[in-house]
Amino acid sequence: MSVRRLNPDQPSGFAFSQANLDWAYATIAKYPAGKQASAVIPLLWRAQQQEAWLTKPAIEHVAGMLDMAYVRVLEVATFYTQFQLSPVGKVAHVQVCGTTPCQLRGSEKLLSLCRTRIAPRAHELSADSKFSWEEVECLGACVNAPMVMIDKDTYEDLTEVSFGALIDGFERGTPPKPGPQIARVLSAPVGGQTTLKDAKLYDGSNVGTWRTAFDERERVKAEKAAAVAAAAAPKA
Amino acid sequence: MPKLNIDGTDYEFENGTPLIEACGQVGIEIPRFCYHERLSIAGNCRMCLIEVVGGPPKPQASCAMTVNDLRPGKDNAPPQIKTNSPMVQNARHGVMEFLLINHPLDCPICDQGGECDLQDQAMGYGIDSSRFIENKRAVEEKFLGPLVKTVMTRCIQCTRCVRFMTEVAGVEEMGAISRGEDMEIVGTIEKGLTSELSANIIDLCPVGALTSKPTAFHARSWEFRKTESIDVNDALGANIRVDARGNEVVRVLPRVNDAINEEWISDKTRYVVDGLKTQRLDKPYIRENGKLRPGSWDEALKLVAAKLKAAGGGRTGAIAGDLAGVEEMFALKDLFARLGSTNVDCRQDGARLDPSLGRASYLFSSGIAAIEDADALLIIGSNPRLEAPVLNARVRKRWLRGGFTVSVILENADLTYPVQYLGANAEGLAAAAVQAFAGKQKPMMIIGGSALARADGAAILAAAAKVALTAGVVKDGWNGFNVLHTAASRVGGLDIGFVPGAGGRDVAAMLNGGVDVLYLLGADEIDLSRTGKAFVVYQGTHGDAGAHRADVILPGAAYTEKFATYVNTEGRPQMTSRAVFPPGDAKEDWAILRALSAEAGQTLPYDNLSELRAALYVKFPHLAALGTVAAHGSLDALAHLGGAINREPLRATIADFYLTNPIARASRTMADCSRARLGAVEPAHATVQRLPTYQSVGSTG
Repeated sequence: MSVRRLNPDQPSGFAFSQANLDWAYATIAKYPAGKQASAVIPLLWRAQQQEAWLTKPAIEHVAGMLDMAYVRVLEVATFYTQFQLSPVGKVAHVQVCGTTPCQLRGSEKLLSLCRTRIAPRAHELSADSKFSWEEVECLGACVNAPMVMIDKDTYEDLTEVSFGALIDGFERGTPPKPGPQIARVLSAPVGGQTTLKDAKLYDGSNVGTWRTAFDERERVKAEKAAAVAAAAAPKA
Repeated sequence: MPKLNIDGTDYEFENGTPLIEACGQVGIEIPRFCYHERLSIAGNCRMCLIEVVGGPPKPQASCAMTVNDLRPGKDNAPPQIKTNSPMVQNARHGVMEFLLINHPLDCPICDQGGECDLQDQAMGYGIDSSRFIENKRAVEEKFLGPLVKTVMTRCIQCTRCVRFMTEVAGVEEMGAISRGEDMEIVGTIEKGLTSELSANIIDLCPVGALTSKPTAFHARSWEFRKTESIDVNDALGANIRVDARGNEVVRVLPRVNDAINEEWISDKTRYVVDGLKTQRLDKPYIRENGKLRPGSWDEALKLVAAKLKAAGGGRTGAIAGDLAGVEEMFALKDLFARLGSTNVDCRQDGARLDPSLGRASYLFSSGIAAIEDADALLIIGSNPRLEAPVLNARVRKRWLRGGFTVSVILENADLTYPVQYLGANAEGLAAAAVQAFAGKQKPMMIIGGSALARADGAAILAAAAKVALTAGVVKDGWNGFNVLHTAASRVGGLDIGFVPGAGGRDVAAMLNGGVDVLYLLGADEIDLSRTGKAFVVYQGTHGDAGAHRADVILPGAAYTEKFATYVNTEGRPQMTSRAVFPPGDAKEDWAILRALSAEAGQTLPYDNLSELRAALYVKFPHLAALGTVAAHGSLDALAHLGGAINREPLRATIADFYLTNPIARASRTMADCSRARLGAVEPAHATVQRLPTYQSVGSTG
């Protein structure tokens, strides 16, 4: 984690768009009277979605809407690293997962590509201001490691080449489809199935197999018992 | 009441007692950093870990668990905790090791050294070396105004300062930003903290992260001579400890007194003392040809005595200032009575208070602590945040508990709690009181100087008393009729009757040519341009307004330099103690008056302070009972006074909280505070440390 500060260059003001304002009031109304401060994270998140990053005027605006002290909202905004406190790339802000599974599967190569293609350091804008990047903790797609997240979409099973193509796609305005970037269905095995391949599993011939097996076992048991009884009878 | 077995012995405790308090009550001290009994519980320092037998198999924070939270043992035996087991010892050593990982080893240059909780507890739980080989963290300094110096790398994130500013001071200007290792304490106001109680966070800080800026690198805590005394900067009489080195008062700290100031003091109380070293009157001065020249005591006293005798009783008058002690006012009144003058007045602001109506008419009758019992408050002509910040914190404390309404007649100021603003006109106060107190069990009124120091002040007070008697403010077992004074000397003066006697002149009459010789006992807050041709004697400590007008200056002793009685706004007599000696030729005030009386041929019959006090206590026995409040009679006489209240709005009396008395006006620290509050100017000599606003980048993942 890094020391988090507000950006030195801040816009002069902030206002929610009408749609977002309606949404914000509806959100605040979900909480009981006097507990409207509970809406602070949803409102900050919506402000960030509107402006792409969280500005100081936005923090002040949210504080005012919720009747909270500015410092209380600032505490929230600086606590959660998902809030971007400085401007992010206009086209894409790339969140590269750097946690162990992704690291083992090559996330460091993705990070070095970020450094060369986007900006040498995290949270800095690329020369054309289109991109920025940061390293984040686990985003929960470990089966498809390594992966990145851009906006709400995850791009998985990346290599340096496919990650480069991903950035190219965003640059051209034709981003690839989210999800695995190799021939794979979601998190199903790479290269197709390796187990459960027997065709009999699916033709109905196995229906009742277990019943048959149980019946057979019972029959053998009964036969053995009869044999034992027969052997004992003549002596008595 | 829950029973608890601590270290093998059974005890019984009040419901809701935190374990850390319970252990303290039976003499087992639990180390702590974040826990403070007057703040909310945070539980984030983890130093107070104890072992709960049969509880979870890990140590528990004893501050965040009460005696009710524990399950009984077998056969309903009391729950058992251990405060000294190997588990506890290990846990505390571990916590201490973590705290010291990032704490700098700069105790030798740290102002907290010698009175540092971390230093003390590291003696018990620290280890001699560190296993930490990574980089230590460093934290940027923050700007918290002219009083609080920060060394943020020393901070252990206990958040006591944040909780104090939010809960007690009532200004949400401090917070903890970021998280984990990067958590930092910040102030969010560029001009510094805007509370009159802000410097209390210096006391609260358990390490050297927040230290005193005006006295930085000035002295070590073990060098001080410590004197228990009383504050005189407002009428609360906050209990203080004066720390002096040599003949210099270096700092003032609060003492605990739950009846008055709990353990807080205002910034003025704490930092006014550098004013004791500047602008001091250290020898007698005599005006000759329009200029003041130094003179001898003999010369000055002879001149004053001659003038007093020449003018004759009726043409002399005396005004006592805001910082005068009871003893000197008693001696001064005594002297003037012997000279045949009844022109004495201690109400230099012109407050229409009349001690002949009984003590109940001018005291904060309920007592300060009783604010916590009240359920409604009507403030008439007072801004308690500026007039008595510590009392205001008590009102806020009551408001935080809920079920409490506050209405205000004066200016619509930010008192740190919400108020119902009723305008500045006092005409409708009776109706306002009836409305505000409807259905309330323990209503309270606070009447302040803005309402009293007016031509119709007596009428306002009488109207308030009248409605108090009918609206349940005064009844059996409850007296919520409170006058909030701003001057430490006022109640003492009224108690001993330092007001004009029969046919005597009050302050206004003395000023408008009513007397030929005017004796000012530290009175500076009067319009001295109206003294005309009168011969003015100024007995006091500072070269302030009074001394500039004076024809003779008699240098006296300030409150840290004498043993003097002050009666606080509740009517509680308390005594200051001498921490240092008065500078130069200055003398204790009663002794000056005793010497003058001899020169004037009316020798006062007491040769030392004990004899003076004996004479004082014969006439006013309640003053002998230091620290206690005597019964104060009924309000009936005041309520029947009547009178018309005029339409003129009430005006605030305190323009600048930091500059209300001669000592404060001589203090550079107070001037810095005053400028900082105005917001424009940064104190030039103070270390200017701003919160940097740049974006620190470079994620390390």
